[in-house]
Amino acid sequence: MKPAPFDYVLARSAAEAVEALARHGGEAKVLAGGQSLVPMLNMRLARPAVLVDINGAGELDYLREADGALAVGALVRQRMFERWTAARLPLIAEALRWVGHAAIRNRGTVAGSVAHADPASELPALLLCCGGTVVARRVGGERVIPAAELYLGPLTTSLGPDEIVTEVRFPLPRPEAGWGFAEVARRHGDFALVGAAALLWCTEGRVAGARLAFFGVGGTPVRGAAGEALLSGQEPTAARLREAARTAAAALSPDADLHATAQYRRRVAEVLAERTLTAALARCGGNA
Amino acid sequence: MKRPVRLTVNGRSVERTVEPRTSLADLLREDLDLTGTHVGCEHGVCGACTVLLDDEPIRACLMLAVQTDGRSVTTIEGLAGAGSGLAGAGSGMAGDGELHPLQQAFRDKHGLQCGFCTPGILLTAHAYLREHPAPSPEEIREMLAGNLCRCTGYHFIVEAIAAAARTMGGAPS
Repeated sequence: MKPAPFDYVLARSAAEAVEALARHGGEAKVLAGGQSLVPMLNMRLARPAVLVDINGAGELDYLREADGALAVGALVRQRMFERWTAARLPLIAEALRWVGHAAIRNRGTVAGSVAHADPASELPALLLCCGGTVVARRVGGERVIPAAELYLGPLTTSLGPDEIVTEVRFPLPRPEAGWGFAEVARRHGDFALVGAAALLWCTEGRVAGARLAFFGVGGTPVRGAAGEALLSGQEPTAARLREAARTAAAALSPDADLHATAQYRRRVAEVLAERTLTAALARCGGNA
Repeated sequence: MKRPVRLTVNGRSVERTVEPRTSLADLLREDLDLTGTHVGCEHGVCGACTVLLDDEPIRACLMLAVQTDGRSVTTIEGLAGAGSGLAGAGSGMAGDGELHPLQQAFRDKHGLQCGFCTPGILLTAHAYLREHPAPSPEEIREMLAGNLCRCTGYHFIVEAIAAAARTMGGAPS
């Protein structure tokens, strides 16, 4: 199908973009990579009166490492982030391979995926796993929102209709942390049925910290906090990792749909949690 | 309100006025008569409309025509005659009509049946081989996951792309 007619504003800066949003109230949508929004327009699931295209705002096209975090401007494409993180944050580089296909990642932006908040998508869960934040700007000010406070439900965030995400910040894991990422999808590049990401670091043979996040198991990405707590300060034996995975998965309340039952999703989440924690342990302390 | 857009398509500069809601795919097909870019699902899943934007594959159904102002687009019509070098900005309009090695391989290996998905696959594979000159069959299959073919079962497509990679100078995979 074709989109319903809309007006088009090409914003040349973040300031122009938020001014346009303020002017049009809730009638406007922000267009960045368009890989989620344009399908919704084409299917007429969304009929905004105005599109505010931020692709003209060159100031938002930056990637930098600052204060122990990767700062990703709103125009950075997933493909560029994939290449850039390959040597710096392999957890993200590996996960991005699973985001759509190369042709999607060439246009799709990191910030767009984070703000779109599809519960089955990878980047929101990664942001949660890394303890990241977004910088949201509106006319007259900006605020920093932690990932844990960003996601309210499917495609629903705490962002206001007059706000845009100008930057996504991924804190760099501690250098000794290992990582794991796993996903089950019907076809490479499809939305995940279930996915998991893990970070784990140890001191003197005991787990000093663990972070586990799931996607595709509910309305938002979910931290596996109960599993993390079970590992903290403990010796990371295979049995303990399995127990942490089981505990984390038991706390989930996934939805059933055409593709998988809730029970299946919980079971897959448990297996993927164990795999990602195991992979993370193997990579601890620069093992891989 | 219609807006002017000026872009380069297969090495030629073109200028049109378009509605904001016109997709790049529709600009190519309806306004420029370049009907080799096929439109299947119109929501980014099928890959039939894949074209190169500044040499990188993108979905033409998910980009607005107004967003291509100042950019360079290569469609399937720009692939023939482009040799293994192709393309993109400024060069590469079909010259002599000689099939690109990828097109020749699809012909030789029966990599197409109805042909609907073929243009998108050729352009996706073309960009992929530039970065991965000698892909394994598994890598080719992962790359192809973004393009749906309802006819071939993919076996001959995978063989054709592997054969083209060899012709174009990649080491045997």
